[in-house]
Amino acid sequence: MVNRYPFWKNLFIVGNLLIVGFFAIPNIYGEDPAIQILASRGSVVDRKLEDELLSALQAAEIIPKHIQRGTDRLLVRFPDTEAQLRAQDIARDALGSDYVVALNLAPAAPEWLTDLGALPMYLGLDLRGGVHFLMEVDVDAAVRQAEERYVKDLKKRFQKERLRYRTVKRIDTQGIEVSFNDSALRDRVYDLIRKEFQDFTVEERDVNGEFQLILALSELATRELEQFALQQNITTLRNRVNELGVAEPLIQQQGENRIVVQLPGVQDTARAKDILGATATLEFRAVHEGDAELARTSGRVPLGTRLYPMREGGNILLKRQVIITGEHITNAASGIDQESGSPDVSITLDGKGGSDMDAHTKGNIGKRMAVVFIENKVETLKIKGENVRKRRTIAEVINAAVIQGRFGNRFHITGLDGTEEARNLALLLRAGALAAPIEIVEERTVGPSLGKENIAMGFQSVVIGFCLVLAFMVFYYRIFGIVADIALAMNLVMIIGILSMLQATLTLPGIAGIVLTTGMAVDANVLIFERIREEVRNGNTPQASIHAGYEKAFSTIADANITTLIAAVVLFGFGTGPIKGFAITLSIGIVTSMFTAILGTRAIVNLIYGGRRVARLHV
Amino acid sequence: MQLFKKTTHIDFMGQRKYTLIFSTILILLSLTSLALRGLNFGIDFTGGTIVEIGYPQPVDLSEVRTHLGDIGFQRAIVQHFGTTRDVLVRLPPHEDLDKAALSTRIIQELEVLAGTQLDLRRVEFVGPQVGKELTEQGGLAMLVALGAILVYVALRFEYRFALGSVAALIHDVVITLGVFSAFAIEFDLTVLAAILAVIGYSLNDTIVVFDRIRENFRKIRKGMAIDIINSSLNQTIARTLITSLTTLLVLITLFLIGGQLIHSFSTALIVGVLIGTYSSIYIASATVLALGVSKADLMAPPKEGAEFDGRP
Repeated sequence: MVNRYPFWKNLFIVGNLLIVGFFAIPNIYGEDPAIQILASRGSVVDRKLEDELLSALQAAEIIPKHIQRGTDRLLVRFPDTEAQLRAQDIARDALGSDYVVALNLAPAAPEWLTDLGALPMYLGLDLRGGVHFLMEVDVDAAVRQAEERYVKDLKKRFQKERLRYRTVKRIDTQGIEVSFNDSALRDRVYDLIRKEFQDFTVEERDVNGEFQLILALSELATRELEQFALQQNITTLRNRVNELGVAEPLIQQQGENRIVVQLPGVQDTARAKDILGATATLEFRAVHEGDAELARTSGRVPLGTRLYPMREGGNILLKRQVIITGEHITNAASGIDQESGSPDVSITLDGKGGSDMDAHTKGNIGKRMAVVFIENKVETLKIKGENVRKRRTIAEVINAAVIQGRFGNRFHITGLDGTEEARNLALLLRAGALAAPIEIVEERTVGPSLGKENIAMGFQSVVIGFCLVLAFMVFYYRIFGIVADIALAMNLVMIIGILSMLQATLTLPGIAGIVLTTGMAVDANVLIFERIREEVRNGNTPQASIHAGYEKAFSTIADANITTLIAAVVLFGFGTGPIKGFAITLSIGIVTSMFTAILGTRAIVNLIYGGRRVARLHV
Repeated sequence: MQLFKKTTHIDFMGQRKYTLIFSTILILLSLTSLALRGLNFGIDFTGGTIVEIGYPQPVDLSEVRTHLGDIGFQRAIVQHFGTTRDVLVRLPPHEDLDKAALSTRIIQELEVLAGTQLDLRRVEFVGPQVGKELTEQGGLAMLVALGAILVYVALRFEYRFALGSVAALIHDVVITLGVFSAFAIEFDLTVLAAILAVIGYSLNDTIVVFDRIRENFRKIRKGMAIDIINSSLNQTIARTLITSLTTLLVLITLFLIGGQLIHSFSTALIVGVLIGTYSSIYIASATVLALGVSKADLMAPPKEGAEFDGRP
């Protein structure tokens, strides 16, 4: 027994450590409080903006640590949070509403590190502070609304075909009931529905002298509607969150009818709730081709018109009369126009919307029509220490296009600048349509002070727990204990490195997981060392004991760790938020501890004892 | 240093009658408490609202309580959290009120009462539906974990061992839950995570012992099952105790300085590790013995274990 590792094996261990260790480095530098300035609505981030901001900050005697200008954003770092918070207010006042000013924590690691993709661990909301909302979309309401629309459509269709129905109405639970006086008529309608309303499954029913058709939305159609309602809400939320000025928001579907919204760093939850809960509508209005600039400067608008701001900047005059409102939009999708090959948005309206649109377009070919996006918000403002709730309506023109021909319930908007614009317009059109009601079903807010405390306490418990275990191992196993301690330190570095690499979310329970694995990681070494002691006691030579100790302990360690890993993986699968964080650190800790405690310690033990005569083992 | 100078010769299995009685009593007590008192579920499971507020100076709770009662929150539970400057307000799920706005209202009211700006430390609101789902998911997670472990152990060892380990796990979980019930410690999501970690830990311990039992069954030609199990336990006792000790060291650290938020979590783990250590010695092995494990059962194909040979 020589107990020596071949060179490649040592290289493998050291190489792994170096790579993972490299990714752990950014954590040493911590993070700078920063503000992030994002251009919105066509504004630009340029040198001028930077100077403007700098002079505003200088006037308030705030000296930023560093300014970084990207294509669409400015990142300004500050030495402390106080300066950061003041700077945010100043930036908001100085730059106006064309820019979103968000608080952020920017990694303070040198640029060459971040350029290589090495970032510090991603802290969860419980550590950095922020808001987590789980929102439930009332998808049933979306289906109900759709049915209401279909009822109107059906009536119109029947009138057009001169099919004399008795009633068309929604059934309380779900579905639509159409009844007739004679069965021949019913059969004709049956065929019509089968041909033109394919989203429905139709059943015939005779109820005391009435001949009825029961229409039910097919499963596929229902699911599409629900999915549509959900997407619509996600889009709306995303637009609103942008307005809140959050640096790294997360908005995601969860399950079938829920949306997770995470807003790190947001402290004013009342305002966040107000903004997220706002409602938006759309209006299509005819454009009045007057001089909007003149109207703006003079403050006088032509009779029967109103002045609206354009989203891209500038103003436009619109006629007061509304052609249709957004609730008539049933779908809007971006695509490519078949004829011109340029990006377009195709819009589908319901029956009423279609006929109104038809009536308007008939006589207005060649004129422009504008889409107005209207948001109703309730804002909680602090005025002299008192909370005042205020309603605010914001209306903006998101698009104005020339009417090319007469159309009804299906039309395209073309002449858009690019696919990006087409997609945004489609999103806005959908967001403005009547969305399914949404409700907050879970909220978790952590204030910034608690977040900081959590980090401090978490850090402390890792350090103290770690040191206690280190001390115990040296005390109990002496030289081998030192070896185990080195492995333990490597393990900690590896956990941090891998967490940073994966950018997995570190939560408070996650830190607890790290502490726990520190305690459990030595288990592998305890197993090995106890086994070596046993072998020595049985009268084996030191070298043979080392060899046998590692050999025999291996399958035990593997078995024991795999079972713990099973528990951790199950936890990951079922857990949410903070719990997932615990499962992640526990799983990573188990895997890395096997690497460091088996391969790592063996390499060191081999270096110390390998290939020479050993009289006694200090184990 | 060594815990035991020589290999010990404790007759663990000889004591199994007493430990069985001891465990039975503990389990019965736990079940009784669970049946009568139930668990002190946190809002993660029941639904409701928690608002934690930091005051600039120590605050009198009765004043806060009265004020909240006056404005219609009679059912609010108000208590200190960690320090006397921290106040935790807990509200049961409301049917009619705008749930999400509840927390905002409470803070505003308390700021009026205190006459100063307060530090909003934490808001947790869980709708009743979400709470119900979390409870179901939690229970399911526990069952899936137990099931997956059962399968793994059955494959790696033998079904008797699988049953033994799962018996020990159920023992640990029931008693840990019993402790939470008896002392009315709040049971929230983190505790559920802790219990799953306890399952992992306790199993870890059990597997180590089982591994040795299997090894000894294959190695020692003569001897009764009970003797082999006994000597296996003696051979692994030092490791069992030391690992538990290091784990407890860090857990106690967490308990003492990890903060109020993970108090329940660390409590669950401390209890679980203690019980888990005990059960891996007495319960798991005793179950295997009672199920009548024998040499022949473990004479697996010689390939077994070979797959790991040559590793370090």
